[in-house]
Amino acid sequence: MCLAVPGKIISITGSDSLLRCGRVNFGGIVKEVNLGYVPEAKVGDYVIVHVGFAISTVDQEEAEQVFEYLRQMGDLDELEANTI
Amino acid sequence: MKFVDEYRGAQEAQTYARAIARLTTRPWTIMEVCGGQTHAIVKFGVDELLPKEVELVHGPGCPVCVTPLELIDKAIEIASRPEVIFCSFGDMLRVPGSSSDLLVVKANGGDVRIVYSPMDALKIAQANPAKKVVFFAVGFETTAPANAMAVFQAHEQGIENFSILVSHVLVPPAMEAILSSSINRVQGFLAAGHVCTIMGYNEYGPIAEKYHVPIVVTGFEPLDILQGVYMCVKQLEEGRAEVENQYTRSVRQEGNIPAQQIISEVFRIVPRKWRGVGEIPQSGLGLSSKYQRFDAEEIFGVADYTAEESPDCISGLVLQGVKKPGECSAFGTSCTPEHPLGATMVSTEGACAAYYRYRGLRARAVAIAGREG
Repeated sequence: MCLAVPGKIISITGSDSLLRCGRVNFGGIVKEVNLGYVPEAKVGDYVIVHVGFAISTVDQEEAEQVFEYLRQMGDLDELEANTI
Repeated sequence: MKFVDEYRGAQEAQTYARAIARLTTRPWTIMEVCGGQTHAIVKFGVDELLPKEVELVHGPGCPVCVTPLELIDKAIEIASRPEVIFCSFGDMLRVPGSSSDLLVVKANGGDVRIVYSPMDALKIAQANPAKKVVFFAVGFETTAPANAMAVFQAHEQGIENFSILVSHVLVPPAMEAILSSSINRVQGFLAAGHVCTIMGYNEYGPIAEKYHVPIVVTGFEPLDILQGVYMCVKQLEEGRAEVENQYTRSVRQEGNIPAQQIISEVFRIVPRKWRGVGEIPQSGLGLSSKYQRFDAEEIFGVADYTAEESPDCISGLVLQGVKKPGECSAFGTSCTPEHPLGATMVSTEGACAAYYRYRGLRARAVAIAGREG
């Protein structure tokens, strides 16, 4: 129910801030999405979309965090291994 | 698909699983709140990667599952009226009411339509001025801004043949209800990433402190969930109980402010009954007085309906993390997705339906073996 899918904004239309809309590409499927809740989003950004509304703009640096965390754990493992 | 596929890597998942195993020294029970997370955990077998000491129990975060029986009955009553076009998300149509469901209403000639967004229902209202168009507004905080926008636009544009049947629920009061129960087993939470995308996570600090439970805001892909479990177990092992954010690519601490503003414009906080759990104070949203004229319960005079739930269904205990789906004697026999007894078997995000779909009767065998062992 709270399923939300990331997609890339390919165009934006509408001047009313609450009814700002965009065409968003979800891996090849393009849908019209309301961008009223992501005033900062611009063409080329990835947004997370739920029932036709973008609810956040994906922070591309933070998107690496899962892998950064893994790398840090890997470094720790090595440190521990070297200590032993 | 970018920002999806890269979080499904088997090698990275194994690395996280090994790290969790190294970290774990004793048994811990962690609840993932959201039904979307439950679905991903069972689909990808995330729980089967974890050391046996770490048990994931499945929370109440499936709005379809927790919509009370009498509200389904109200939907059926309204949808059966000839002047009504009843619009809903698809997964509500098969949820059993006391004696029927919305699909039966449709089969009997009712105008029941599946929509992708509440804004589609608003368009149907504009296109059918002689009809009364009702949208079944279920959901958690994630869906509230979309449903609020439909009502707000109906108000702004004077679309008077549109209304909503509201069954909105809120996550933090449900977490508190679980934690304060005498049968609670939950020691840490993976909080729902998209709920927090809207609301932020400031509300969770007092809960973590009061009940001394770690709460990790977590995403929906396998690596998100594994990292969330890692962060939660790390806190448990270190005796900490803090709010942390795993899903930083979407969730900001303060949440989505424009979305929160429209929620508080259109809705107000009300007590809400949860299917299988009972009434939880301050746990739902209802229309605020300014938007009361869009309330389908008032328009169609169904506000005082009541209903009794089936005594054979243990979905209430499943939703509180006390029982697993396979521990129910009806699981996979008298209760299946084709003929569900309770709502956790209906929605694909319900714990029972997820176990049935991906594990079948093996879930029951595992539960029986666990009890005997």
